[in-house]
Amino acid sequence: MPDSGAAVRLLGEGFSPAEEMATFTAAHPEAGGIVSFLGQVRAEPGAHAVEALELKHYAAMTLPGMEALAAATRKRWALDGLLIIHRYGVMRAGDPIVLVAAAARHRRDAFAAADFAMDHLKSQSWFWKREKTASGWRWIEPRPDDHRDRARW
Amino acid sequence: MSTSGLAKLVFLGRLEDIAGMGELAVTPGPLEHILAALDPALAVELLGERVRMALNGALLGDNEAVVLAEGDELAFLPPVSGG
Repeated sequence: MPDSGAAVRLLGEGFSPAEEMATFTAAHPEAGGIVSFLGQVRAEPGAHAVEALELKHYAAMTLPGMEALAAATRKRWALDGLLIIHRYGVMRAGDPIVLVAAAARHRRDAFAAADFAMDHLKSQSWFWKREKTASGWRWIEPRPDDHRDRARW
Repeated sequence: MSTSGLAKLVFLGRLEDIAGMGELAVTPGPLEHILAALDPALAVELLGERVRMALNGALLGDNEAVVLAEGDELAFLPPVSGG
């Protein structure tokens, strides 16, 4: 895909956010600013500690939906590049889940595009999440906040 | 296993646990006939108001009549929780 396109990947294995950012940054020397967001599995102490988190996807819809979101994001802001990486499978505390980066000539477009893409990934992308704690696996329902965040746009 | 002549149901998220499987091969036909042949407890969950359906990867509207043809894939999608 050319530099002007969006790079969208759905991964079943771990990835290195630092390496991804180095590659993305090197590919966009024309950008005056790059904004990135990294989501990782939260470490929580005590009885509610999450031992593992699993994200399930649906092959027929998840990646196509992420690609449509990337296209909508690029259409809305003047970007030099956009990167969206999302994991599926079993993850543990500290593992990266999602990385979004937006490169733009000016910083406001980059901030807004990354924020927009994240709000829609959280509330609209085709992922189902379950967590394992001491009491077993539990499916996670979307939070009302996620829908409020999407409604900002 | 040959699936010729069949359609497929796909259960996502917690529906996979309730169904005890991720996919089920079914005889093509109207959805109500297919659901009537399932465990009633599962059928009730599949018809929950927060569960959306997608036919071959495309979301369906709320009141669309669904008739599965051979090779069709009908997915049941509970509310998502990504990121």
